[in-house]
Amino acid sequence: MAGERILIAKVGLDGHDRGIKVVARILRDAGYEVIYTGLFQTPETVAAAAVDEDVDAIGLSMLSGAHMTLAPMVVEEVRRRGSEIPVILGGIVPDHDLDALRDAGIGTVLTPGATAEQIAAEVAAALAA
Amino acid sequence: MYMPTNRELWQDAYESSRLRDADFETMSGIPLDPVYGPDDGAFPGQYPYTRGPYPSMYRSKLWTMRMFAGFGTADDTNWRFKEIIKAGGDGLSTAFDMPTLLGIDSDDPMALGEVGRCGVAVDTLADMEDLYRDIDLGEITTSMTINSPAAVIFAMFVAQAERAGIPRAKLGGTLQNDILKEYQAQKEFVFPPRQSMRLVRDTIDFTAAEMPRWHSISISGYHIREAGSTAVEELAFTLANGFAYVELAMQAGLDVDMFAPRLSFFFNAHIDFFEEIAKYRAARRIWARWMKERYGAEHERSMQLRFHTQTAGVSLTAQQPEVNIVRTSIEALAGVLGGTQSLHTNSMDEAMALPTEKAARIALRTQQVIANETNVAHVADPLGGSHYVEALTDEVERQAEELFSYLDELGDGSMLEGAIRGIEENWFQGKIADSAYELERKLNSGRRITVGVNAFTEGNEEDQIDLLRITTEDESRQRKRLDQVRQDRDQTAVDAALARIRSDAADPNVNLMPALIDAVGVYATLGEIMGTMESEFGRHVEVPVI
Repeated sequence: MAGERILIAKVGLDGHDRGIKVVARILRDAGYEVIYTGLFQTPETVAAAAVDEDVDAIGLSMLSGAHMTLAPMVVEEVRRRGSEIPVILGGIVPDHDLDALRDAGIGTVLTPGATAEQIAAEVAAALAA
Repeated sequence: MYMPTNRELWQDAYESSRLRDADFETMSGIPLDPVYGPDDGAFPGQYPYTRGPYPSMYRSKLWTMRMFAGFGTADDTNWRFKEIIKAGGDGLSTAFDMPTLLGIDSDDPMALGEVGRCGVAVDTLADMEDLYRDIDLGEITTSMTINSPAAVIFAMFVAQAERAGIPRAKLGGTLQNDILKEYQAQKEFVFPPRQSMRLVRDTIDFTAAEMPRWHSISISGYHIREAGSTAVEELAFTLANGFAYVELAMQAGLDVDMFAPRLSFFFNAHIDFFEEIAKYRAARRIWARWMKERYGAEHERSMQLRFHTQTAGVSLTAQQPEVNIVRTSIEALAGVLGGTQSLHTNSMDEAMALPTEKAARIALRTQQVIANETNVAHVADPLGGSHYVEALTDEVERQAEELFSYLDELGDGSMLEGAIRGIEENWFQGKIADSAYELERKLNSGRRITVGVNAFTEGNEEDQIDLLRITTEDESRQRKRLDQVRQDRDQTAVDAALARIRSDAADPNVNLMPALIDAVGVYATLGEIMGTMESEFGRHVEVPVI
């Protein structure tokens, strides 16, 4: 994993950035290079940054309930640019949304209570897939 | 010359207070004093108010059970408000959705997926009229959690109340309007800090002149804590922001005793029971001393810190959600023993979604149990005099003073400058992120236990409770409604009102409130008004640190 690069992003209007900042440090401690976009990104800006930076994965953090709309849009924008970069979602995501998210191309979803170890392991698995 | 003791002075004040009709005794019938302590100590209602702002505290009036609610369209939330009033809640607190919090309309492309999700969508005065329809705003007090667009939403609130026949002078309630903590913690900002502070000044000035029952700012530590700060940082950053607003209003030429009584506070009640109680006690003492000594306040009400409390959303777990009822009860009790003036208790399902009606009702019942069954409200500051709680109060205060010294120096002797520079230099944001990570490390190493998360996980796999689902139908209904309002209004009047906002915004000496009230009255939208101000004020961009 050493040196693999992950772009982490906040899409939409959600300003809750506690989780993404903690996860950024967890991933850095696990040996990844982490790029954080800052707040209020759109699916287009995230996809463009990820492709330009040629990152190995994109991590989205969403706590406002808009994940069903915005997370699939990020995947779509990335694929539209001809890229297969995996998109990982973390945040407040009810179980009943998981199937639809998987169908939309988001195979890894990290929910409240995930430990540092679990986060690192899930990200490593998504990168290996 | 005879000098009355503190107890005698307090006794006189207590006896002239009107009391609730209740039996102030234990279940065994042991009669209870209103407060306990030595004759020469400071009593509740006496400077520096460590033991409470009022001599009789909950014997006169229990805390206000103010439940925060908002989802979907204004009609949906109006219905929930009426349910809360029926269930015995006695204050309303309005949650707005993300587009409203950021001052954009429901049909803005950035609003996609967010309309009505985290709160109620308000685009125009028409929504505000639906939101409070058939609720007597002269009787029940209302709080609105809104910051960047606070002045605009407040203008809508005043306009709809006046149309419903309630004059602005009669309106009681609170506008959160605490922009500093947005840059520090909650991150729902629009304009740059200094331009935002001008709007805060305008609302303070407007309410001081026209709305004697209104609290113009609720200086909020809640979000600072939720974003990851420690209890001490929550206390220190919040009071430092309070000092900044005081200096702002004084710079605008207002007399400190004119506006300070209208400032209120909003703190978190986290799970570390005694530390929270010490935090509230220290907050009252620090505020009283600074207001008197540094800002020259003379009226008691300017020195008395009054606060709302909300239990800690961040302490709730998605695992075994019913256990959250226990956490919330303990946190609510800390707020009450710490002397809060109003309280919101979170619902057990809020780690996952907005609450269902049932979950919200249990949360309100939790407060009602504390208020009516436990007798804890009979005696003011029941933990005052405990060696432990007094020592913890002193230590929390000492550590907060260290943080004030840093900010005072950063601002070259101005707490207002210190707060703004601290934001610009990412000092607050960095401290909060460090504390959040520190706690996460303790959880990961197992040095700190969260039941159901890193210990005692049996039962985590059981069926989850029912969650509230918000459909995208609300979003399309809200967009249609906004379309309709745009079609029905007088566009020439809207253009003129927006032009006036633009010219008033360009002159920092003008108070924007009258122009805002005019503009909402002709159904200019929130997004149009905020956009117009943005063209003068510019936009804040945070340089993120991780």
